[in-house]
Amino acid sequence: MPVNDTYRPKIVAFCCNWCSYAGADLAGTNRLQYPAEVKIVRVPCSCRVNPIFILRAYQRGADGVILCGCHPGDCHYTKGNYFTRRRMTLLFSMLDYLGIEKERTRVEWVSAAEGNRFAHVMQDFVSTVSKLGPNKRLEDLRCKTK
Amino acid sequence: MQRIGVFVCHCGTNIAATVDVKQVAETLGKEPGVVVATNYPYMCSLAGQDLVKDAIKEKQLTGVVICSCSPRMHEGTFRKAAQQAGLNSFMLEIANIREQCSWIHKDVAEATAKAISIGRAAIAKVRNDQPLTPSQNPVVKRALVIGGGIAGIQAALDIADAGYDVDIVEKQPTVGGKMTQLDKTFPTLDCASCILTPKMVDVAQNEKIHIYSYSEVEKVEGYIGNFHVQIRRKARYVDEDKCTGCGLCTQKCPMKKVPNEFNLGLDSRHAIYIPFAQAVPKVATIDPRYCRMLREGKCGLCAKVCGVGAIDYKQKDSFVEQDYGAIVVATGFNPIQLDKFDEYAYSQSKDVVSSLEFERLMNAAGPNNGVLLRPSDGKPPKTLVFVQCVGSRGTSCRDKEYCSKICCMYTAKHAMLVKEHYPDTEVYVFYIDVRTPGKNFDEFYRRAVEQFGVHYIKGMVGKVVPQADGSLDVQASDLLAREQLHIKADMVVLAAAMEPDKSARHLATMLTASMDTNDWFTEAHPKLRPVESPTAGIFLAGACQGPKDIPDTVTQAGAAASKVIGLLSKDHLTGNPCIAECNELRCNGCSSCANVCPYGAITYVDKEFKMPGRVVVTRRVAQVNAALCQGCGGCTVACPSGAMDLKGFATSQILSEVDAICQ
Amino acid sequence: MESAESMKQEILRISGVDPLKCMRCGKCAATCPCYDEMEYHPNEFVFMVERGEIGPLLSSKSLYRCLSCMACIERCPRQVEPAKLIEAVRLYVERAKEGSHMTPQDMVGRLEDQMPQQILVSAMRKFNK
Repeated sequence: MPVNDTYRPKIVAFCCNWCSYAGADLAGTNRLQYPAEVKIVRVPCSCRVNPIFILRAYQRGADGVILCGCHPGDCHYTKGNYFTRRRMTLLFSMLDYLGIEKERTRVEWVSAAEGNRFAHVMQDFVSTVSKLGPNKRLEDLRCKTK
Repeated sequence: MQRIGVFVCHCGTNIAATVDVKQVAETLGKEPGVVVATNYPYMCSLAGQDLVKDAIKEKQLTGVVICSCSPRMHEGTFRKAAQQAGLNSFMLEIANIREQCSWIHKDVAEATAKAISIGRAAIAKVRNDQPLTPSQNPVVKRALVIGGGIAGIQAALDIADAGYDVDIVEKQPTVGGKMTQLDKTFPTLDCASCILTPKMVDVAQNEKIHIYSYSEVEKVEGYIGNFHVQIRRKARYVDEDKCTGCGLCTQKCPMKKVPNEFNLGLDSRHAIYIPFAQAVPKVATIDPRYCRMLREGKCGLCAKVCGVGAIDYKQKDSFVEQDYGAIVVATGFNPIQLDKFDEYAYSQSKDVVSSLEFERLMNAAGPNNGVLLRPSDGKPPKTLVFVQCVGSRGTSCRDKEYCSKICCMYTAKHAMLVKEHYPDTEVYVFYIDVRTPGKNFDEFYRRAVEQFGVHYIKGMVGKVVPQADGSLDVQASDLLAREQLHIKADMVVLAAAMEPDKSARHLATMLTASMDTNDWFTEAHPKLRPVESPTAGIFLAGACQGPKDIPDTVTQAGAAASKVIGLLSKDHLTGNPCIAECNELRCNGCSSCANVCPYGAITYVDKEFKMPGRVVVTRRVAQVNAALCQGCGGCTVACPSGAMDLKGFATSQILSEVDAICQ
Repeated sequence: MESAESMKQEILRISGVDPLKCMRCGKCAATCPCYDEMEYHPNEFVFMVERGEIGPLLSSKSLYRCLSCMACIERCPRQVEPAKLIEAVRLYVERAKEGSHMTPQDMVGRLEDQMPQQILVSAMRKFNK
């Protein structure tokens, strides 16, 4: 499918409150730019993110979903991100089965000190998703508002 | 009908320079449910807060969205303001349009559009907000210290000093722990009992401290501020209140060939015994494994000689139940068993001893009254070999991967003491590395080498072979001189690795406190919360958390005590209201949530449910302990039936945010 | 002549040993029954290979002095397995030559009643590829 120049992907980023959300704040404090398509949802821990949330985002027309948590071993809740890692591995194989390109979903560990990394990850992710074009596979057309 | 107010902050020009705040306010004002939408240069100023408060009162707002800086910055400020205006503080959400919008974008149109989208998401969340009230849990003003070694003693004394009641549970008949068995302490060489026994007496005499000796923790329930603990008082067959500790019974008892644990089996004691002269409490204990009266029903000599009638052969284990606000774990360590290290001939020769055994051999209160003699033939040893890192720093199944930390220092101490008392002795120390960080530690080790002439040799001992003449052939390699050594030694001392006390694992399960792969208790944060367990209300002192010397142990015990005092000084603990919640109608009692909870906050109860047709069904359902739950939300995803939800970050709230963003 | 680095890599590949695990305690040397017969001791094999000093080891008689008793493997606290490394160096030397030095047929004439089996195993290890 040809991608026109005005195409702007919709991207949902789930960020854990203790590391990645703080990392995103740090990126802001340091005025590090990343594309405006990224919209952040704050969750207490990456393990709060139910795979259903990600499927719902795709249903509602998201083109990419990224989940950010503390680095393994650094979880504020000791082991939350280990659960995330396992759950996401399962979700990835399910998304694969559904035929959604695996590049559209991503799990990244970003600490509260890694504002730089947060901005880089987001730039990279947005450019990856932009190349893939709109996600049609799971979109529920009844949800279209316009 | 919901009445939501939207307040857009300019943050001076921080936001207003890249986001058209007026347009944001206007657009968000058209969202369903929004009754007021305005903007102001500094929302967080007092005037800005008053603007919010007035709007809440005048328009009877049911929810507020503040479009401003990060919630990590001013969420608290605005929630407090909302509370003051009579709105539940959890009915307010922040839309982060500074750090995550205005500061990272340059194009005004783009930034404004994103700010509107972020604002919509926040409005969507507010629509699903529920008023929350933090729980208030009373604190029981009493602490429990598990383990009566130097760590437990220090923690108990410090807590009692602050005016709180403390109970010490010690599984041995006396408090004092490993330090009672030591001879001298590094690096000052002052005598261990001389500094420890006064503290033991302090503990015994302190009105605020109660010692449950010869007792073990049987059951722990509850949570921070309100633990309910059952303590098993093992039968010692002697009435603690009557016994005066005169010791007559321990002399008359005919069973005198019982291995003496206090001297690590190097000599023997009677079946009724007081572990050592300064024991606290100084009360006799009958060892049921050896007592003839208890085993065969014959003898009864101790009861006959006891002047106060303290002996009670019919005594049974009894149980004490008590409530505590905080628990200090101070279960300490043990040297590892050396039977798997037979290349050092530990089980073949009596003259190969562990360092703790050597400590007893050197101790004035030890089996030889402090005269160093070979255990095999009672002759003074002329050549001593010390082997370091036995069982430490290895990766095979018999080894511990960590460094036991204290062996370098106590071996230097042993070597020095031997040379000091018996200058004509040859002393060799085989080491891999000599590790002596600590105040006056390296100076101490250098004194052993330079002043006392102890031979420090780089290299491990390969094997020790007992010879026909009673000596020990120590085969080792001097790595720096590149030569193979065969030393004819009279005694070999093995610096055995430290391991956590065996009871620790079981205790950790009862406390739901986490442990590492070596069974050391883990701290809540390795740097910033070093004396707290991740489980709230459980504190760590001493070697139960990792190998430690006495100064570090005392430091940590004091730190743990101060944390306990801080906790007990509160009348109530205010909980975090954003915690998990179980919808009992959906819960099927599968335990998936309890299995993932890092805090052991989920328990199960059998509850009766009224079903249609006057049927009452009893079902097992999950219950979240508000004091223990930290609100990570891991259980909400693990739950297969969707019964678990997280207050403040409910599934409905997050999904509404996702929907708003994808609009 | 191969570079020292490629020789090192080949020896590490044959042996499967990671010399970086060694913390220089010398227990392998201390426990070695052939210490006095050897020019380079087990601990030196480990750390010379690690440093890429392969040349002296290739020409050393120590390669054939090792009894393959495996005491060093048994006792090493870090599971470095020095004997495997010595054997790998030896194989590296032997494989460059033609033919095996010993076949099972050669053994028959040399058997003695009192001979420990370990010697046969060790000899086959040493002179076979």
